[in-house]
Amino acid sequence: MLTIIDHSSAKMAPEKRVFSDSHLISLIQLGLPLTERPYLEIARKLGVSEHQVITRISNMIETGLIKRLGIIVRHHELGYRANAMIVWNIPDDSVHKVADLMKEYPFVTLCYRRPRRLPDWPYNLFCMIHGRDREGVISLLEDMIAVNNWQDYPYDVLFSKRRFKQRGASVRKVRVVF
Amino acid sequence: MDRKSQNKFPDSKAQDDEVIYPYLEECLLNNYQRNFPLDKRPFDKIASDLSCDPVQLLSTLKKLQEEGTVSRIGPVFRPNTINKSLLAAMKVPEGKLLEIAEIINGYEEVNHNYEREHHFNLWFVVHGPDENHINNVLDEIEERTGIMLIRLPILDAYHIDLGFDLRC
Repeated sequence: MLTIIDHSSAKMAPEKRVFSDSHLISLIQLGLPLTERPYLEIARKLGVSEHQVITRISNMIETGLIKRLGIIVRHHELGYRANAMIVWNIPDDSVHKVADLMKEYPFVTLCYRRPRRLPDWPYNLFCMIHGRDREGVISLLEDMIAVNNWQDYPYDVLFSKRRFKQRGASVRKVRVVF
Repeated sequence: MDRKSQNKFPDSKAQDDEVIYPYLEECLLNNYQRNFPLDKRPFDKIASDLSCDPVQLLSTLKKLQEEGTVSRIGPVFRPNTINKSLLAAMKVPEGKLLEIAEIINGYEEVNHNYEREHHFNLWFVVHGPDENHINNVLDEIEERTGIMLIRLPILDAYHIDLGFDLRC
């Protein structure tokens, strides 16, 4: 199950216990403890040193496995009540170019290409905009379309209504796939 | 767009207790969604950057977490690395939405489940150790609900959640 190898373990002092990334990942996914020495607390649970925990997290950031480490906010609770998923039907030969422009807008929090599922689902580009209200989101969107001349691309705006479930990803089985 | 810059209010010195909390919260929420310090005492480092008391900083963070504004302090992983995930959508008859949403929420593999304004009105994300596991969950959901779903894996991730600018 464990597929991350700790390449640095060979260099460690023999008394330092080798520990698995999967255990560390499942602990930090739950959130860092709000204490003076959060990395020490995690290290104690793993039976390793604080320095090892910090180094390993730092490596995961350097390799890009961790995209960011920090405060994870809940948009709705912050007053950003309008959550819109905007889906676009962009010709395949233009989709990368459009996405590269779209992702630069600070209000675009996600931008993914996904497959069309014809005939039901013609859209191949997804982005997310969070705003304080619907009007604000629509106005940001319309400006973005006008500035870039995207008027010919069909799109649809899917505002969220009820949130049935939202929680951070948690995994028991960890597998790293590069 | 410059989201790399940190600590935009490094010289923050609150004048009195009335402004200190909102200002501190704003600085915290804006500036520490990424590049959280990897120091042994990360909260001391932040407190020093923001010129505030570390005890007050921790109690503010605890308060924000209790209120639900802050979910946690932790990592965001690149999609489909530590595990696999898949977005799925369904067209659910209006009257059956709650019942179907509850069935879907019953799966621990599901971590997001939203109603959205569209004829595809139920959207959820399934996580699992591999694609097989996820597809089995989705097959089972189709079977139990009698509703076909569309599976929309990520083909290209142009932009991942790198934090959220509260000044937008």
